[in-house]
Amino acid sequence: MSGAGPARGVSRRLLLGLPLLAAAAAGGGFYALLRRMEAGRYDPHAVDNPLIGHAIPDFAPLPAQAPASTGFGSADLRAALSAGGRPVLVNFFASWCVPCRIEHPELMGLAKTGVPVWGIAYKDQAADAAKLLDEDGNPYLRLARDESGRVAIDWGLYGVPETFLIDRAGIARGHWAGPLSAEIVRDEVSPLLRKYA
Amino acid sequence: MIRVPMIRVLALLFGLLLPLASAFAISDPAEMLPDPKAEARAEAIGRQLRCLVCQNESIEDSGADLARDLRRVVRQHVAAGEKDQAIIAWMVARYGNFVRLRPPFEPLTWFLWASPALALAAGVLIIAFAMRQKRPPPLPLSAAEQRALKDVLKS
Repeated sequence: MSGAGPARGVSRRLLLGLPLLAAAAAGGGFYALLRRMEAGRYDPHAVDNPLIGHAIPDFAPLPAQAPASTGFGSADLRAALSAGGRPVLVNFFASWCVPCRIEHPELMGLAKTGVPVWGIAYKDQAADAAKLLDEDGNPYLRLARDESGRVAIDWGLYGVPETFLIDRAGIARGHWAGPLSAEIVRDEVSPLLRKYA
Repeated sequence: MIRVPMIRVLALLFGLLLPLASAFAISDPAEMLPDPKAEARAEAIGRQLRCLVCQNESIEDSGADLARDLRRVVRQHVAAGEKDQAIIAWMVARYGNFVRLRPPFEPLTWFLWASPALALAAGVLIIAFAMRQKRPPPLPLSAAEQRALKDVLKS
């Protein structure tokens, strides 16, 4: 070809190489993404909860959930936080929720090490939740029922389970949507518990 | 036996499911506000709010439990006479900007909002560049090439 010179050869190689390079970069990116999803460190459906860094919402005392005989409201939680001098985990769960069963051993483990875990049964039948806690064990220091799910909306809840870490001042410091895994407890929950202890 | 391609089966299934999806849209009269004007306002607000469960539907279109709860909340606020902006702000305070199907114009979304203009500009640039790069006309054949051509044509 008459127009073929060294400059043309370079741009031709560039034209061939650029898409390949772009495809390789995209492939690498997707691979990293999938690896992070697999390890539970990235959830494409996760929604950033705006409660982080803010005081927990006010809510009137919720009714009790067996085996507990009294429920709790935001005032009880705040009082316990300032008196207890340590952060509290607030866990929304339901007996009808399969991922809640998956994370249950992690909550039991946390409770065993003395971490106060407060549970709110979300849109659940009182008898079903009580049966679950009776069969699988009860990790909750305090228990309440949010049957209508209205309090959960104030917490920005969009599913169960969701777990919040509240510091002594009543500020939300951590939020996990979906089941807590051993890795999440080790890498995220425990460090935050230590940080705000 | 007649073998039906899988893609056709899927297309048929999809077609059958489509009306079902729209059937989930709010249709329960018990949920609606008695005042049609207030109901229309509530629907307009709900259509701007994302269902956090299905994520690509508005709460007006979603059949999820949470969407129903949020529809009810919107209607309570509308009935209380709150302004549209206040109701959306109430939702954003709980679920973040993600709850808005139309994201606000802020530093994080500058690129998103500018992307149509950027894509257009890039297209114009590419076309302008391509039009400037005219190919030089081919050089006339050399005497040797002329001879070779004649030989080929002769044979």
